[in-house]
Amino acid sequence: MTDPTAREEMLARIRAALGARPPAATAVPRDYQRVGSLGRGSAEVLDLLADRLEDYRATVVRVAGPDGVPAAVGALLAEVGSVVAPEGVPDAWLGAITADVRRDEPALTHAELDAVPAVLTGCRVAVAETGTVVLDGSAGQGRRALTLVPDRHVVVVLADQVVHAVPDAVAVLAAHPERPLTWISGPSATSDIELVRVEGVHGPRDLRVVIVGRTSS
Amino acid sequence: MSTYLGMPTVRPHPDTPPAAPLRWGPSFPQAARQTLRDEQLRANLRTATRTIRDKRRRVTAELGDWEQLRDAGAAIKADVMSRLPELLIELEANVTARGGVVHWARDAAEANAIVTGIVRAAGAREVVKVKSMATQEIGLNDALAAVGVDAVETDLAERIVQLAGDMPSHILVPAIHRNRAEIQEIFAHRMGDAPPGLSDEPRALAMAARAHLRARFLRAEVAISGANLAIAETGTVAVVESEGNGRMCLTLPRVLVTAMGIEKVLPTFADLEVFLQLLPRSSTGERMNPYTSMWTGVTPGDGPSEFHLVLLDNGRTRALADELGRQALHCIRCSACLNVCPVYEHTGGHAYGSVYPGPIGAILTPQLLGLGDEGGPFGAHDPTGSLPFASTLCGACYEACPVKIDIPSALIHLRERALHPDGGHPPTATDLAMGAAARVLASGRLLRLAGRAAALVGRVTGGRPIHRLPWPGSLWTRVRDVPGLPRRSLSAWWRDRGSR
Repeated sequence: MTDPTAREEMLARIRAALGARPPAATAVPRDYQRVGSLGRGSAEVLDLLADRLEDYRATVVRVAGPDGVPAAVGALLAEVGSVVAPEGVPDAWLGAITADVRRDEPALTHAELDAVPAVLTGCRVAVAETGTVVLDGSAGQGRRALTLVPDRHVVVVLADQVVHAVPDAVAVLAAHPERPLTWISGPSATSDIELVRVEGVHGPRDLRVVIVGRTSS
Repeated sequence: MSTYLGMPTVRPHPDTPPAAPLRWGPSFPQAARQTLRDEQLRANLRTATRTIRDKRRRVTAELGDWEQLRDAGAAIKADVMSRLPELLIELEANVTARGGVVHWARDAAEANAIVTGIVRAAGAREVVKVKSMATQEIGLNDALAAVGVDAVETDLAERIVQLAGDMPSHILVPAIHRNRAEIQEIFAHRMGDAPPGLSDEPRALAMAARAHLRARFLRAEVAISGANLAIAETGTVAVVESEGNGRMCLTLPRVLVTAMGIEKVLPTFADLEVFLQLLPRSSTGERMNPYTSMWTGVTPGDGPSEFHLVLLDNGRTRALADELGRQALHCIRCSACLNVCPVYEHTGGHAYGSVYPGPIGAILTPQLLGLGDEGGPFGAHDPTGSLPFASTLCGACYEACPVKIDIPSALIHLRERALHPDGGHPPTATDLAMGAAARVLASGRLLRLAGRAAALVGRVTGGRPIHRLPWPGSLWTRVRDVPGLPRRSLSAWWRDRGSR
């Protein structure tokens, strides 16, 4: 545990520093767009999500309704030998998978997980404007290591999970801020060498997203 | 400077490892004289800063409410400073309630002692690290090495810098001073497990780093990170990154230690909606960075079972005491100000002699170290005291800053602090020179005489720039060049022109 005198002294230093002239307490102006203009789950918002994900070089597959999910998932996992599917992934999604489906019960070790080439999950919410899928570890998403160690992440996004802007997603997530959250915007990437973008470093190098819902065209 | 013949010619930047991460090397003008000679460095920086600048301009223009987001960001940060004690106590309570342990560190030595204590208690000889300015600032890796723990940086650029024995030269892209050929050489000679025949293609280099680090991620018992922000209301801590090395460190090891400057706390979960828009667009120029991780204490069955949050002062309360300078603590470390700064673009980050380079570094480093305070650095020729003068005051940094830190005003204010630590204003050489100039400019006769004198100097020096003047002019030329003087005065030129 920490030295209690360090805590008291730091707090005293802060109070002394603010002293007689603390910054004026001003109300925070929130004139920015707090609600996206495109409707949740609308065809426009799904199109925007697809466009932004493709901009990050994720693979995007559109299906009109839940019936299309099994075939789409099966095709996206066609050549892998095994896939881990966390608890809560609907059985129907697994219907057309030829790969060996692994469960995380008992929990897979890091080494076991490292030998699984793919993972299939749902998500909590997706942000169209930024091409982001957010996982919160609830049903169908698994613990964080599952969507990190395998090299291919296939994620199914349902229409009513797709919001327009970042504030919309924060509002959804605020219901359970204590859950571990992972915001994913495309495959892992680096621009550390001469600012040249290289997709695929430590996180999954291959992100594949199935968007379930109508297109506007 | 270096030649690329496959020989181990890469030398560390700077030459000797600095003892203090916030203060090393000579004064800024002397250091800049060195770095300006490095054509390779300047070419690297020119390309890199232009690329990020253009991307940032595109993605910030895309949001119709960008200015409103900046206003909100600035106001939230000012609000945080005004009630910092309450917010830190609230953060501590919420992290603790969720199974985390909160530590308070008054300075670098105390923070290092806390972290090394946790690592030793966990029995680890190797730790994986997420890129973190706070741990750079306190020199944590050296402190861990001193107790026999190998700290492995896992961000690609940070690993390049570590293997090269360099100091970082940019907040976001610490290896911006190295080009692909140099990085290939660093990997081939220092990584230990570089693949034979490694090319200098960025993809090949990134894949070599992936292979090099993967086993270390999977076996790590302890990880160390910084934090981009923490939410007082919920105890949630966030790390914003691109490569997935952050996720690896935050998820796989049993023990996680996060070191965070006290100024990074935010009041509410809803504030994320502002900073998750401002930060990625300002730093990498993306709509969103590939990965953001958020965690609240410990989640059974998911991620580390032991979480420590170290709250770091290390001079921040010193900065907070300066009514005008305290806005440096609003910084979210996006590095947009570096990328738009004409001085940074030419001199590079190492000239600033601190892990915080560029415009924000020029106002942050001196305040963390107590510029002009009793016992603190002082004067325009001190390595730290010279930093507020390392600017043309063009204002590009202020325009780019996502939380509207008025860096130019803070620079001017800190120049005063460097020169007049007690707040007094005895006339300086500049005051005297300006007074003399005013008298000359007010009198036609004196101005004509001065013009003739200057033209005489111009003829003697052949119109070339003057690097060194005798005293008292040396006070000027020790940090600046005098532009070449014309061979004729303006009035003489005008007279001759009129008679034609």
